[in-house]
Amino acid sequence: MDMVSAFSEVRKERFSWRNWSPARRREALWGLGFISPWLIGFLIFYLAPMIASLVFSTMNFELTKPDGATFIGLQNWQRLLNDDTMWLAMSVTFVFAIISLPIGMISAFLLAVLLNSANLMGRSLFRTLYYAPTMVPLIASTLIWAQVLNPSDGWINRFIEIFGFDVRGVDGLRWLNDPAHPNLVFIAYSFIGLWTIGNAMLINLSALQGVPSELYDAARVDGASWLNRLWSITIPMVSPVIFYNLVLSVIGLLQYFIVPWVLTGGSGDPEGRTMFYMIHFFKQGFIFNKLGYGATLAWLMFAVALVITVMLFGSARYWVHYAGDSRS
Amino acid sequence: MTAITKSKSNADVYQLRRRQETITALMVTSVAIIILLIYLMPMGYALVTSLKSKAQTSEVNAPILPSTPRQFEYDGETYDIMLVPQEDGTIAEWGLVQARRRGASDFIDPENPEAGIIQWEGNWRTLEKAWEPNVQWDNYPDAWNFIRFGRLLMNTLGYALVTMVGMVSASALTAYGFARFRFPGKNILFLMVLSTMILPPQVTDLPKYAFFVNVLDWGGTWWPLIVPAFFGHAYHVFLLRQFFLTIPREMEEAASIDGAGPMTTFIRVILPQAVPALTASALFHFFYAWNDYFGPLIYLAGNRDAQPISIGLAEFNGLYSSEPQLILAAAIITMILPLAIFFMAQRIFVQGIVITGVDK
Repeated sequence: MDMVSAFSEVRKERFSWRNWSPARRREALWGLGFISPWLIGFLIFYLAPMIASLVFSTMNFELTKPDGATFIGLQNWQRLLNDDTMWLAMSVTFVFAIISLPIGMISAFLLAVLLNSANLMGRSLFRTLYYAPTMVPLIASTLIWAQVLNPSDGWINRFIEIFGFDVRGVDGLRWLNDPAHPNLVFIAYSFIGLWTIGNAMLINLSALQGVPSELYDAARVDGASWLNRLWSITIPMVSPVIFYNLVLSVIGLLQYFIVPWVLTGGSGDPEGRTMFYMIHFFKQGFIFNKLGYGATLAWLMFAVALVITVMLFGSARYWVHYAGDSRS
Repeated sequence: MTAITKSKSNADVYQLRRRQETITALMVTSVAIIILLIYLMPMGYALVTSLKSKAQTSEVNAPILPSTPRQFEYDGETYDIMLVPQEDGTIAEWGLVQARRRGASDFIDPENPEAGIIQWEGNWRTLEKAWEPNVQWDNYPDAWNFIRFGRLLMNTLGYALVTMVGMVSASALTAYGFARFRFPGKNILFLMVLSTMILPPQVTDLPKYAFFVNVLDWGGTWWPLIVPAFFGHAYHVFLLRQFFLTIPREMEEAASIDGAGPMTTFIRVILPQAVPALTASALFHFFYAWNDYFGPLIYLAGNRDAQPISIGLAEFNGLYSSEPQLILAAAIITMILPLAIFFMAQRIFVQGIVITGVDK
């Protein structure tokens, strides 16, 4: 059971404290005692702030003048709907997710297939080396990619130049900030994202190793091609981990912040294409200290994330195969 | 007779198949190497560029490998050596003595300086410099000093290690509670644990910030980052619970017959058996803390002395944007420790990732 499918494992429970024997009650108290660190943390750092942030969203509340906070009802929500930057940020976040998600997930899956190949020599060495970039601290990998994508000296443009395209120099291809081709930045950020797919790759790999080889033998006897076997055996068999990676990636992409913040400082350049939702939220909440409006932005994000998560879980039963369904 | 032929042909088939297998293996491995080289290419670029001089990074036509312009000294003067095309199509390497915007420029031939000034008709700006390989090892100590790496390292290590202790112990206690005890509301509470993992942190960020900074006056200190770690985190709770579930109950039962209470059993029986999972959890948190950027960004703003590596490096990038060689040297310095730990502990590490993501 992985973290995500664990959700569906949770069953209803019936308990009647009164009928319990003293031993059972003692066990329950010990159990609650053991989980108390998390339980207290949950109340202080999750539940209370969530309620507070819901309250904030009905207030005109600025951190610099906490005494001037006033109740304004749904005005923050009205403002939200008329906030052009919010709509821009929402669309930028979605467009980037739609571009970057398949790139990351497909690469993680294909690399795992490669690393799982019986024909690959030195498999564990390759596994280590392919995982290594994921260990590079995100700020460091962001700065490295920013340099390798630089228009004049970067190796990406030097590589493209080999094929006869004049992309280097001041008028060259400016991956990270080209007002003439602003959408390039989504591709550039997706490249940076390729250095964070290690975990998804390892989880895919582990699932691939768990596919019984008899299935492949049988398919081979039936004359199924490699692509056929991949489509009809491998992908269904590892669909639970694909689902797991999908849920975690979607949630991660909605939070996308560090890369654009480090590279643009929240300017949104080029042409607003890096005005991600989290950047807008961060500026409103932590730079302009508008706690009321910031909390409203946060709750909208929460609602969106919830809808997407529920939709993903709803879709799961049509395409995710849990082998030997143990949930009975 | 037939038997011999048959066995011979069997041997042939076997050999043929082995040869085919070897060819496939070589092909697959070559593909893996090529993809790996492309995948790690930025790392190569970073290493190479971190050893260049500042002059080289700003010159479009400079060579790819670390080099400096070749120079020639004569009579106490230093001249840049240029590649000067000759009428016969050859290229001479001459030192540039006097550049003129119009008309001929003055050169000197390093091979034969006594011959004196040579005049060359043409625009000297079209000439390329002659480079020679030259590695700037000094970029590393320079980057280390500019970024104040010693201080950043102490801050980051302190933060990572202190919160690691809190995170692993709180999560292990909680995980054991969920793994072994029956109590009312257990399933709902475990659902809550999982939900916190997909809850967008924005929803809690602002009230927590207001509470830590306005109410507790912890702005500019590490406290808002350290204290919450001592209440555990869903990811670690889940990881450790999955591991605890695989430990057979017999030993705990034996311990409890011997009169050990649940706490003693947990410390004496469970923890020693869970060392791999605890190590994985500790490593995950260590790397998380090493990379943590958002927390320090909001809580340590204005306190430069308390900065961790992530913030220091990002700030350095803004201040030294014209010196990519130093930025890349600094980036490489920051990745050495995480990579070294990963290479040493990768088996445990990989196992931990797999526990949280694969149905077993």
